[in-house]
Amino acid sequence: MAGIWVFPEQRSGELKKVSFEILTIGRKLADKAGEELAALLLGSGVVMLASELAKYGADKVFLADSADLKDFLTEAYTSVICEAVAANEPSVILFSATTLGRELAPRVAARLGKGLATDCTELDINDAGRLTVKRPIFAGKLFANVAFDHGKPQIASVRPNVIPVQEDPKAGEVVKLEVRIDPSRVRTKLKEIKKETGARVDLTEAKVIVSGGRGMKGPENFSILEDLAASLGSEATVGASRSAVDAAWRPHSDQVGQTGKTVTPDLYIACGISGAIQHLAGMSSSKYIVAINKDPDAPIFKKADYGIVGDLFKIVPLITEELKKSAKK
Amino acid sequence: MKQVPDTESVLRIDGEGTGIVEQGLQYVANPYDEYAVEEALRLREKFGQGTVTVITVGPQRAEEAIRYFFAMGADEAVHIRDDEPQKRDALSVAQCLAEAIKDMEYDVIFCGKQAVDDDSAQVGAMLAELLDIPQATVVTKLEVVGDNKSAVVHREIEGGEEVLEIQLPAVITAQKGLNEPRFTSLMGIKRAMSKPIEIREMKVPEAKTKVISLERPPERPSGRILEGEDTDVVRELVDALRNEAKVLD
Repeated sequence: MAGIWVFPEQRSGELKKVSFEILTIGRKLADKAGEELAALLLGSGVVMLASELAKYGADKVFLADSADLKDFLTEAYTSVICEAVAANEPSVILFSATTLGRELAPRVAARLGKGLATDCTELDINDAGRLTVKRPIFAGKLFANVAFDHGKPQIASVRPNVIPVQEDPKAGEVVKLEVRIDPSRVRTKLKEIKKETGARVDLTEAKVIVSGGRGMKGPENFSILEDLAASLGSEATVGASRSAVDAAWRPHSDQVGQTGKTVTPDLYIACGISGAIQHLAGMSSSKYIVAINKDPDAPIFKKADYGIVGDLFKIVPLITEELKKSAKK
Repeated sequence: MKQVPDTESVLRIDGEGTGIVEQGLQYVANPYDEYAVEEALRLREKFGQGTVTVITVGPQRAEEAIRYFFAMGADEAVHIRDDEPQKRDALSVAQCLAEAIKDMEYDVIFCGKQAVDDDSAQVGAMLAELLDIPQATVVTKLEVVGDNKSAVVHREIEGGEEVLEIQLPAVITAQKGLNEPRFTSLMGIKRAMSKPIEIREMKVPEAKTKVISLERPPERPSGRILEGEDTDVVRELVDALRNEAKVLD
């Protein structure tokens, strides 16, 4: 048996958007390879998600539904996945390159003794029927084309926010997996999930990012960026450069760049960011870039689709105002 | 830990098209590994005992990074020499580390959450699997609890954090925010020069994933600078974003 497998991610019974992204790319690979697409759904009381997976292209849904899988725990999930892989021998397994996928995919790959390509932005099946991928390295300063030097399964994780989601309804036949987990082999316990209060969408999933750097002059001034993000809808959020984070103006989870997050929004608005090379690496794959900076020679302008040389403390609130005004029309 | 090109580096692709030109690059300790070593030092200081051992798989130049961690305060080091690092992938490095570590005694293994060169973010979790111990990746806080048999860790997740209790020994991969790495002192740097490093020759397994080629990201089309009065410029920008770029709803 073969097949292209995807591991859609759910937390508390809700599928994440990236799950539909990996289904979409998985469907394309399955069609090209002439194999079926199966989704590997793990959780507790999640059977109702199978129809959603079918809508985005799953011919089959392997369902492991058990109270033991209610919380995501790496060792429990790894053992269920690896048993299913041994029994069905898929040719490709795709994970999402989220914090969950980063925890799980390498553990699965190591148990299976197979290579793993993480954070892929392009995936294809070559003429020999093998998976080839493209993945950014050095936070996007370069891209590597990678192939697998072994038999199945070929394992990859896909960067969120890169693949446009497409519906392609299929049967989504549910195949139940027997779940046998040895509790002594699960050596972590989930105590709590803390949501940031009033948290906006995560940087890696955001459609719009308004980012601030040293030019913001202090933590209190980020409120004008928060206001701008708020006027750009629920999928907009605020990021920061390394200097802003190192100055403790913003938490490290906001940092964009080589020692922070690599982001791929539709729109990136850089405010008071000069454009150090390690920052540019992290945001250059944004579809559109706007730079606002008082220094006309700032390197950020070389990457920007639209640049405004001027005082961000005047310009940013004006943009917010203009957006609100034009939205009313 | 791993030695990587400084994040300010401008990179060139080599003649074969599968690697980068190392000549002229400034190499540093991987920034995330600094958090890893710092956390290990803090545990040693807190408990007033124990040894911090730094292990790397890498070419001779990686010794500089080992010396840096000696200067921070690491006690011992094992350098698994590999003169062809570009032929490795995360699994082959993890296999090599596991082989070296399996006969050592350890309470916690800290790694950086990823190396900022290949950005794989795999070795820590793979190493945990190969050693058959649990793991927690992207950790921003760690506290040893329960008769020192487990730790409570905070992991960064999208839009929040996850708090886990994990049995020790375990692999912990460090995220920025876990701590503030100390500066090296002149004394520390002096001491670091003379500390012995255990060199191991080991057959590093072949990579299972292969880089076929490297390429540069597509050049961004040159943009335009909007000029004029602030209010006009802003109106022009919003109009362009809405009607030209079509990125606004």
